Amino acid sequence: MTFEQIDSSVIQKSVDEAIQRYGAKQDELIPILSEVNRSIGYLPGEALDEISKQLKLPKSQLFSVASFYRMLSTKPRGRHVIQFCENAPCHIAGGRQVWQALVDELHLEAEENSADGKWSLLTTSCLGICGVGPVMMIDDDIYGNVDPKAVPDILSRYH
Amino acid sequence: MKYYRSHVLVCVDPECLKKGAHEVEDALQDELVAQGLIDEVQVLETSRIGDCANGPELMVYPEGVHYTNLTPNDIPYLVEEHFLKGRIATKFVQEDKKVIDEELSAPTSKEVRVVLRNCGVIDPENIEDYIAEDGYQALGEVLTEYSPEQVIDIVLRSGLRGRGGAGFPTGKKWQFCRASAETPKYVICNADEGDPGAFMNRRVLEGDPHSVLEGMIIGAYAIGSSQGYIYCRAEYPIAVRTLNIAIKQARNMGLLGKNILGSGFDFDIEVRMGAGAFVCGEETALMASIEGRRGEPRPRPPFPAVKGLFMKPSNINNVETYSNIPQIILRGPEWYASMGTEKSKGTKTFALAGDVKHTGLIEVPFGLTLREIIFDVGGGIKDDKEFKAIQTGGPMGGCLPKEYLDLPMDYEELAKAGSIMGSGGLVVMDEGTCMVDIARFFMEFIQDESCGKCTPCRVGTKRMLEILERICDGKGQEGDIETLEMLCEQIRQDSLCGLGQGAPNPVVSTLKHFRDEYEAHIYEKRCPAKVCKSLIRYEIVEGVCTGCTVCARNCPVTAITGERRQTHVIDPDICIRCGICMQVCNFNAIVIK
Repeated sequence: MTFEQIDSSVIQKSVDEAIQRYGAKQDELIPILSEVNRSIGYLPGEALDEISKQLKLPKSQLFSVASFYRMLSTKPRGRHVIQFCENAPCHIAGGRQVWQALVDELHLEAEENSADGKWSLLTTSCLGICGVGPVMMIDDDIYGNVDPKAVPDILSRYH
Repeated sequence: MKYYRSHVLVCVDPECLKKGAHEVEDALQDELVAQGLIDEVQVLETSRIGDCANGPELMVYPEGVHYTNLTPNDIPYLVEEHFLKGRIATKFVQEDKKVIDEELSAPTSKEVRVVLRNCGVIDPENIEDYIAEDGYQALGEVLTEYSPEQVIDIVLRSGLRGRGGAGFPTGKKWQFCRASAETPKYVICNADEGDPGAFMNRRVLEGDPHSVLEGMIIGAYAIGSSQGYIYCRAEYPIAVRTLNIAIKQARNMGLLGKNILGSGFDFDIEVRMGAGAFVCGEETALMASIEGRRGEPRPRPPFPAVKGLFMKPSNINNVETYSNIPQIILRGPEWYASMGTEKSKGTKTFALAGDVKHTGLIEVPFGLTLREIIFDVGGGIKDDKEFKAIQTGGPMGGCLPKEYLDLPMDYEELAKAGSIMGSGGLVVMDEGTCMVDIARFFMEFIQDESCGKCTPCRVGTKRMLEILERICDGKGQEGDIETLEMLCEQIRQDSLCGLGQGAPNPVVSTLKHFRDEYEAHIYEKRCPAKVCKSLIRYEIVEGVCTGCTVCARNCPVTAITGERRQTHVIDPDICIRCGICMQVCNFNAIVIK
């Protein structure tokens, strides 16, 4: 098993803190889900159960919202999440070669996690820094003007 | 009152003091007295000029010259040069460090910067910088001199149209919301700039957040609202942070919150983040998202001005629309309406991306032609290649070929040409772009972002994408073009929201202007621009190839065979079109067919 089961107490704490911060109201659902997703790395079923209880919302509704938004994930993610912009302006600036370099280096396709739990390779919608395309984000780090030859070096910075 | 012809500000921060700032200041006073200038030149103490590592330092106005590394001995020379001879004493002027802003360079001659005027110039995390540039003066005027109806009239007369893409007259929108009787009313800022290639809003939010806040407060006063939301996409974390800092600073100064500027008017703003859904830029989907639901649009009527957020009257405008308001109030609606064309007044920011020399943000009055924007402001095509097409308006915009280069930027003109103004993204494409690939690209994006609520969009775009992928893969069939055309029409007519209605535009416009490329893909299994991998072959030219074996040794899939000093051959069935052989060949013997 490469993706460890997250401890229940960790989940409870994350949910409690998020609800404390935003309040137990339906219109705060997305901020709450985003916060929990950020702290745990994704939204485990147990987290949705707990939020459903505290907000008094049906779990189906939570799942419907959690599965709609790209930045929320109900599936585990790797330790490091690579988000690559695959939209037209980055594509025209040479994005295809950078993507190929990522695929070659990681042996992953889009939306896949590496077997050792280290990487998630995702495509993302436009990050709004098209002036420096091709662009990718690893965790919270943004890389612009990415050269395909620089990809192995960039990846090696993450452990 | 004494009038001085010059002011000298001496920095007395601790670091400068340690280096002798007071001694320099005293020497300055003494020298000015000695030269009889003490009544003309005022010496003041200040802090934070900014370069204490090179102190003692001072600023001289009105020139705005920054002198550094001064000693008391330098002062007589400085006074003689600067104040008596009227020359800048260059040996004390520090070379400014060159900071390259890849997105926003100095304005070119055809630009007029209204929305972008403060970006890169002021410190966005310091409200006082904004105030120094006439910030919040418009709000002061509005709260003390104008009634809400008068404010709406000013906005109407300016001709300002919504900058988010639809171009609806802003004054009218505010009028409708004001006319709704129900309360509470909400003022919403759409900061969910999701169009690939558009980053104007992001820059304004990060560089001049108060212009947006001020516009929202004025709007709230006009329509009668006391609560506002800024819905900002989560992909813009810096913008969110900058906005929150700005809101806090505005509250501290009594510009937000209860009893703004003592006028009795209450208004506050909350920032809400998106979670990665392009469709949440659509106004009803955006409101659903704030309400904690799936970002699915709903039919209109009822319009947001009547029943919006939480089913209450709401005014929703784009970042850029709000950001124009303070200037319109300060300089007058006639000034704004003096720029632009008959129906499209004022200026618009655009983001130039793609194969153009100077990519980045620009702001020009409406009426400038595409040619002027691409070649004069944008510097022309990169590497001086041939211009092929430009896509305006984002993923729901059309691609316009060179016949349209003299089209003026104007809402109606673009619509007539088969495209849209959109949020202002301009993607420039050169001769190396395959238009079918581009259409497929945008359809992939739309398909990905379709919310799924209505069948024409959800299923229709998927079917279109499948056909486009087959065509790019060399498996295009007789009838594909006709099917695409039929789907385009149906999806446009029957979709619930702007995303679906606009989804066919890239395909419609590329079919109209580049039909021959589609036909080459389908009937000749050929990609004229040599982009689609399945339709190109890498070939080694006999006679040029020297048989040096470099390509064969570097091919990752050993698709190249050949003896030394004999022409080599690439097997097209094994070749993965990675292009490495072409890169390593020293004789340019490899071509793409």
